[in-house]
This record gives sequence, C-alpha cells and structure tokens, in this order.
Amino acid sequence: MGRQKHPQIVTANDLFEGDVIYLTGEGGWTRIHGEAAVTHDADEAQRLLAIAQAQPGQIVGAYLADATIGADGRPQPVHFREAFRTRGPSNYFHGKQAEA
Amino acid sequence: MYAYDDFDADFVRARVADFRKQVERRIDGSLTEDEFKPLRLMNGLYLQLHAYMLRVAIPYGTLNSRQMRQLAMIAERWDKGYGHFTTRQNIQFNWPKLKDVPDILDALADVEMHAIQTSGNCIRNVTADHFAGAAADEIEDPRPTAELLRQWSTDHPEFQFLPRKFKIAITGSPNDRAVTKAHDIGLRMVRNQAGEPGYEVIVGGGLGRTPMIGKTVRDFVPKADLLPYLEAILRVYNLAGRRDNKYKARIKILVHETGTEDITAMIEEAFAEQKALFQAPPADLVARIEAAFAPPDFDNTQSLAFDRAQADDPVFRSFVETNVTEHRNPAYGIVSVSLKPVGGTPGDASAEQMRVLADLAERYGHDELRVSHEQNIILPHVRKADIPAVHAALKEAGLATANIGLLSDIIACPGMDYCALATARSIPIAQEIATHFDALKLEREIGPLKIKISGCINACGHHHVGHIGILGLDKAGVENYQITLGGDGTETATIGERTGPGFAADDLIPAIEAIIDTYLDLRHTADETFLDAYRRLGAAPFKDAIYDDRHDSARAA
Ligand code: HEM
Ligand code: SF4
Repeated sequence: MGRQKHPQIVTANDLFEGDVIYLTGEGGWTRIHGEAAVTHDADEAQRLLAIAQAQPGQIVGAYLADATIGADGRPQPVHFREAFRTRGPSNYFHGKQAEA
Repeated sequence: MYAYDDFDADFVRARVADFRKQVERRIDGSLTEDEFKPLRLMNGLYLQLHAYMLRVAIPYGTLNSRQMRQLAMIAERWDKGYGHFTTRQNIQFNWPKLKDVPDILDALADVEMHAIQTSGNCIRNVTADHFAGAAADEIEDPRPTAELLRQWSTDHPEFQFLPRKFKIAITGSPNDRAVTKAHDIGLRMVRNQAGEPGYEVIVGGGLGRTPMIGKTVRDFVPKADLLPYLEAILRVYNLAGRRDNKYKARIKILVHETGTEDITAMIEEAFAEQKALFQAPPADLVARIEAAFAPPDFDNTQSLAFDRAQADDPVFRSFVETNVTEHRNPAYGIVSVSLKPVGGTPGDASAEQMRVLADLAERYGHDELRVSHEQNIILPHVRKADIPAVHAALKEAGLATANIGLLSDIIACPGMDYCALATARSIPIAQEIATHFDALKLEREIGPLKIKISGCINACGHHHVGHIGILGLDKAGVENYQITLGGDGTETATIGERTGPGFAADDLIPAIEAIIDTYLDLRHTADETFLDAYRRLGAAPFKDAIYDDRHDSARAA
C-alpha cells in the first residue's frame, strides 16, 4: 500500500497500429494521456498493470509511467520520453499531434 | 545490376507468405508477443516509440529507378508519404500498420527487395562504398564480392545464431568511404605484388558502447579465398565469442580480449581447414554476378555544357564544388544528392522526391541510384553535360542543397523522435546546428567537417567517428549531450575523444560554435581542415574554449 513518489499510469503500444495508448479506469484504452487512469498506490499500480497485461491481443509492452496531476486534475507526463510519446516526433509536426 | 534468379524470387516470396500467416496468427491471438517478436524482427519489423517501423534492406546501397519508385509507392500507400534513409544504407518506414506489413513485403518482392536479415544475430546487409563502380580512385567495383557475400550469408545455416549481430563493409578504393574499420569485418581491396586485386581483411571494429577500430588480420587474401577466409573468421567467432553478456558479445570484444596475434593465429588455423572443405560457388554464378555489375555503356561525347554552366551560374558552381565527385570516366561525374536541407530531417525523402530521383536516374544516370551511409542519395553515373539539367530538376524538388561534406551534412540517428531505445533526441540537434550556422554563412569558410549525432550509447549515428561527435543522454530526466572530437571514419580511422562533461541542449550550440571558432582562429591556412588542425593541436584549446566560461550545466553534469 506504499504511496509512491509520483502517481502512475499504465501505457503501452496498440498491437494493430503501433501507436501510444493509455489504460483507462474502465480497463479500456485511450490515445489521450489526460484520460489515463491514475493511481497513487503501488499495489493498485500493479493491479492496473495486470489488467493491461491480460490483453495481449490488443496491446504490446505495457508498463507503468510516472505522472503528475495538472491544474485541470488530469495526469501529465513527468519524464521527457513520456511527454514525447503523448505528441509524436518533434522534428516536425506529424504523428499523434497532427491527428488529434 | 544484379537481377534475382528463380531461386532468389521464390525464396523471398515464400518468406513473405510465411510471415503473412504469422501476422494473422498474432492478430487472431494464436501467438503471444513474446512468440511473435522474433518472427517480426527477422522480417525487419520493429516496434518503435510511436509506431511500428519496417527496415528494408538495400544491398550494398544500390537500387534502380523501378525500386525507388516502389519505395515511393509504399511510402504513400502504407506510410506517411516519406521514408528515412539510414547509415546502414537501408530505408526505414516509420509508420506501417501491422496488418499491412505482409502487403508491403509483397510489394518489395515485386521489385526484388526484402527486409530479411535487417535484424537479429545474423550477418546483416553488407554495406559498400556508395561510389562503387564509379569512383576514380577505385581498383575494382567491390559489389560483385558484396553480392556474393549476400548470397553466401543469407540463411547460411551456421551463421543464423551468432553471439550477436554481424556487419560487413566493403570498399574497392584506398580512400575508405565505407567506414570499413568500424565494422565487424571490413574488406579493403588492395593489390598484391603481382598486381592482382584481393582484400585486406580487418576484424573487430565497431561502435556502440565500446568503440573499437578494427585490426588487420591479413594484408592480402586472394579473391578466390575470400569466402573460406570469412567462414574461418565467423567460425572462430561462433565458437569463441562470448554469449554470457550481450554487451560483450560482438566480435570486437573477442578480438580485444584475445589479442590480434592470437586471434589471427586462430583464424589462420580455421582457414586451413575451411579451405580444404570449401566448395567454391559455381563459376557460372560468379560470372553472372560479375556481368551484372559490368560498367554501363558510357557515352563519351564531348560537350562544353558543364563548363559553360559553371562559368555562368554561381549556384551551379557551388553545387559542383561540393556535390559532384570525379568519375572514373572523365566525361562523367558522380552526383551526390543531399538529403540534408537546412532545418530538415537528415535522411528523409518524400515519395515525390523519391520519384524525382528515380526519373533522373532513369533519364540521366544509367538507371542507378545509391544510398550512402551518410544518408544521402547518389547518382553514380551522370554525363557531365547532363549535370546542369539534373541540378535544375533537383532544385525544383528541393533536393539541390549544396552541402556534401560540410557542416550541415550531418548524420543523425532517429533518436527519441522515433527510437524506443533512445536516451535523448538527435534530429532536432542536427536541425538546430544546420539552421544556426546557415544564418552565420560560415559553412564554406569552415570547409570539410563531419558532425555525427546518436541518441544513445548504441551509436547508430556513428558519433565516435565524427570530427565532431554528439551523444545524447538522459541526465536525471533532462536531455544532455556529450561531445567527442577528432573522430574519423576513413582509412585513417580514429575514435573521437570526449571533451568532458556534457551540455544541456541550450548550451550545446554555443559549445559547438566555440569549437568551430577555435578552429577558425588556430588553423594555419584555410586549407588546414578541422580534423588536421585537431590532430596538430590536440584537444586542449578546444576544451579551454568550451569549458572556459564554464556553463553551470556543464559543471554540474
Ligand atoms: C529500430 C531502431 C534501432 C534499434 C533498435 C537499433 C539498435 C542498435 C543497437 C542495440 C546497437 C548496438 C549494438 C552493439 O553495440 O552491439 C546499434 C548499433 C548500430 N546501429 Fe542501430 N538501432 C536502430 C536504428 C538504427 C538506424 C536507424 C541506423 C542507421 C541510421 C542504425 C545503425 C546502426 C549502426 C551504424 C550501429 C553501430 C555499429 C555497430 O556497432 O553495430 N541503427 N543499433
Ligand atoms: S543510437 Fe540509440 S537512439 Fe539512435 S537509433 Fe540507435 S538505438 Fe536508437
């Protein structure tokens, strides 16, 4: 029940499209980081991860990523790698950011 | 160009058909990711940061207009309208969907291409001098040997489960444009005393986390002995190479830990056995391969158009200065097409640009194109008289950047804009450097300069052999860039030396500028290149310049 330094979310890549996805509170998937289910609790985090990993026919490579809670109450990425994953490549405007 | 025979064609089609079934099984849930991953990697399919990525082999970097047009079609139909040419002379598509990949592989097979052995612990795509068959300094075109190596290594039963990936590079010229000394095996064509061409064999070069310059294990191997000699090397590696630790499994570690003398003795012993057992490839196959690389029918008609265009058009003149190289036939030139427009992504080409390149190759270039390890496209055989027309067409397609070999001709790996292994971005650094120095209009004044950037320690961007190398790292959650100086990937290969602590992205450009200013101040004459000056001066003045008014970030890092 250890509270952790950062809240966490579960992220993965979609099996079919390969793009970045996040686990929602309903156990489904969203492409929007702000809609991800957030947990502050280490056991709960493991439980969410297990829900993700039980869907190998949908997703690839699920893992827990640190988040912070923004002013709007939605999760935001902590590490720059996760921030890039929410947007797509930064060399020019294409990928996820262009499809939103 | 080499054309598939029935065996090659059937082999590639059968592999695609197999993979199509495996993809179906993955999608219908019969295969888990753990089961599927090795299968997709064997077919060049990676999962990257934002999407799948398909890596397509371009053997020894050679392709014809039909193949280039097919790559354009694939980019448009199944990707986002562009492709990325890499330092391994391959092309990568950054956005394929899993279900489309078998169709893409079939489309590749239609033009005799595939993605086999672009991943895994096997002998990878053999890379070659991108000027092969055209260069004025060449002894012989090395590509017949490269093609023989491709056929020999493809699905060779003994070499499908090596300790680690294995990369071979080959050149037929004394001026090494293929970075042979930083490959697992480098082959440099040389002549023996009787004047016959054969190969100097260099083993154990490599970059990555433990960069090493390869060691010469034999000054001269006659052509007829090359395959058994390479089999001997691979056999020694297969048996003695470490398998306990992925980071120590490349042949460079074996060579380093064993010592050049002992490893040479082991290879020679294995070679004596191997030579007796070796079944030479059938003479008709060798003849067919040689014929496939016969020089095109050169048109030697004299014309003044080239000289006239140079006299009349300063833009053309400056293009010729940097982007046209001497051809073995004096009526011809080798045209390097830069995929490094200022502010662009090094190595990217749009489908439309690929078609323009294909058209130009067909119309003016004996239907040949090359991909260089420096992420540019080469038209190896263009009649000088046609170069002005080629230049005009390139200009229209945004492909006439006149910067080959200069500061903005940067190698950058995909880095954290695409790559799942990255610790930092590399492409935006290349974009910033190019844009910054473009504004200063100093590029020509600075002269030959190779900047190479990798987004992690794997060194796919060859930073260790850049005159200025940049390595992107993750320092406690912030992108941080280490600089190396004095690297060299040619026949005088050298691993660059680290200057010291790294720089935050914002401090990196000022540091690069300080290095270049130091060079401009201290060079003897305008003819002394950056690398020559560095070799004369050593690292000290450059370190003083970048750590002089020490940036806080540099000290802290
Ligand atoms: C899917 C993306 C990629 C992955 C997963 C990947 C992986 C790796 C790894 C793990 C190494 C280190 C090997 C070692 O030290 O033993 C490496 C080295 C290398 N890769 Fe990549 N790489 C990728 C993309 C690229 C690209 C785009 C290029 C060409 C631009 C490239 C060219 C190279 C080269 C030249 C080396 C260094 C030479 C060597 O020691 O093998 N790689 N790569
Ligand atoms: S050097 Fe690192 S970041 Fe760059 S492509 Fe290779 S593995 Fe990816």
